[in-house]
Amino acid sequence: MTGELSGILEHVDRIGELDLDGVAPTSHVVELENVLRADVPHESLTRDAALASAPDPVDGAFRVPSPQAEG
Amino acid sequence: MDMLELTAVQAHEAMAAGELSAVEYSEAWAEAAAGDELNAYLWRDGDGAIAVERPSIAPVAVKDIFCTEGVPTTAGSRILEGYRPPYTSTAVRRLIEAGAPILGKTNMDEFAMGSSNENSAYGPVLNPWDRGRVPGGSSGGSAAVVAGGLAPWAIGTDTGGSIRQPAALCGIVGLKPTYGAISRYGMIAFASSLDQCGPLTRDVSDAALMLSILQGADPCDSTSVGLQEAPRLPDRENLEGLSFAVPTDLTGHDLDSGVRAKFDATLELIESLGGTVGEVGLPHAEHGISAYYVIAPAEASSNLSRYDGVRYGMRAEGSGDVIEMYEATRAQGFGPEVKRRIMLGTYALSSGYYDAYYGQAQKVRTKIAADFSAAFADFDFVVTPTSPSVAFGLGEKTADPLAMYLSDFFTVPMSLAGIPAISIPAGLAEPEGGGPQLPVGFQIAAPAFAEQKLLDAAYALEQAIAFDARPSGAPYGPQGFKKRTGSDEGGGDG
Repeated sequence: MTGELSGILEHVDRIGELDLDGVAPTSHVVELENVLRADVPHESLTRDAALASAPDPVDGAFRVPSPQAEG
Repeated sequence: MDMLELTAVQAHEAMAAGELSAVEYSEAWAEAAAGDELNAYLWRDGDGAIAVERPSIAPVAVKDIFCTEGVPTTAGSRILEGYRPPYTSTAVRRLIEAGAPILGKTNMDEFAMGSSNENSAYGPVLNPWDRGRVPGGSSGGSAAVVAGGLAPWAIGTDTGGSIRQPAALCGIVGLKPTYGAISRYGMIAFASSLDQCGPLTRDVSDAALMLSILQGADPCDSTSVGLQEAPRLPDRENLEGLSFAVPTDLTGHDLDSGVRAKFDATLELIESLGGTVGEVGLPHAEHGISAYYVIAPAEASSNLSRYDGVRYGMRAEGSGDVIEMYEATRAQGFGPEVKRRIMLGTYALSSGYYDAYYGQAQKVRTKIAADFSAAFADFDFVVTPTSPSVAFGLGEKTADPLAMYLSDFFTVPMSLAGIPAISIPAGLAEPEGGGPQLPVGFQIAAPAFAEQKLLDAAYALEQAIAFDARPSGAPYGPQGFKKRTGSDEGGGDG
């Protein structure tokens, strides 16, 4: 995979040769700003529905292995 | 005539007139879908898992990237194997509310990353024209079911060409709408500033009908704005008064001779319909692939960090700590192309490289959008071949990711600019190296939100091209050359 990534980066590197000083970057193509919704409570997923796909739900929460390696 | 020969528009009209039973029609399609030998469906709704109150629209095949409540949704990835989302995407909800039954979920490149459908964790889709070849990607399953007579129409997603390129390689119509025309809510994210839902259909009229169902602003996706007016069925008879620009910088690119011949013949058809053809410079479009393969992986590397084996999807079993669990889950759950893009993306966003890669790519994006704006000041449309080649062989490009990326050469610039583009079949051509003839796509791009104008022009051109070939193994297929008939006539054998 290292060789493949190098080949791709070599191709991509060509954009470094373009003189684009002063050009504004585009992060989003549609002109939108401050899209807000009404500040009204609405229904969202129930706890059970949110947990239904979890690999290891327990007591209404997501369980993960201990963050500290066992000694 | 066989009801499965009807286009979705014809079927819709027949159902509305009471001449066709929606239930019988849907059942006939479910039966056709069950005959899938192309590995195009990942899941089929055999027992009415998705309820549609009053079927009145042709049933739809849905790319497996759209979350559908209670129904497996994998995005072609092992990491989502068995996942059944707790909610339904807006696009699918709109289809269901319009009365369209869901036939099933279609195979795709993992997380929509690919141009051949060979990156699916569930095996490649076979091209119905030649089962030794790819259907294109990433919406390869959606293209193959329509071309192969396994669904009347389908939806897919296009990030850098993932609707248009498979439509071209399978001989059908594929439309990428303007970014923001259709809600992305519930559409599993790959590159959020580029991803857009759209139709894959037998003809341009079906694409217009599907777009009219899907489009619209959605409070659940703050980047969705919808179209100003819902599209109506196209009816343009000629191309008088319309101008078409061929980008000088793109057509010199490595192009199959058969594809070039069909492209040139289509330009002549445009002129015979009263349109004018000229040349335009898009000087930065040739850097589209480079910019795209920075921006899309960068966004993907952020989007895909959510797959951590905690809230949904698979978790690698092991006795290690939580970090080891994350690493093992991702190592086992993601395929090679997805890992490649995550690595490219995180590299491009890393401190010290951000400006040189991501920042520079975003500036190239600005320049490409400006190139298109300048072109549209002088021309109504920009046209290119959709793909530099016809469908290539399974395994032909898998060893060389860069060669695969370059097959998106003609479709990526429009994605970066956020503008709408459609691919329609231009005819058949022999592959380089010989063999039976395969479909060639012709791409037409228009200014943002000019979908109606685009569909009208594509319709006029479609009638003139009169593409009437279909895969030899497909019982039903594209009928796009047939002029839509008035309500007093049947579907007709035009």
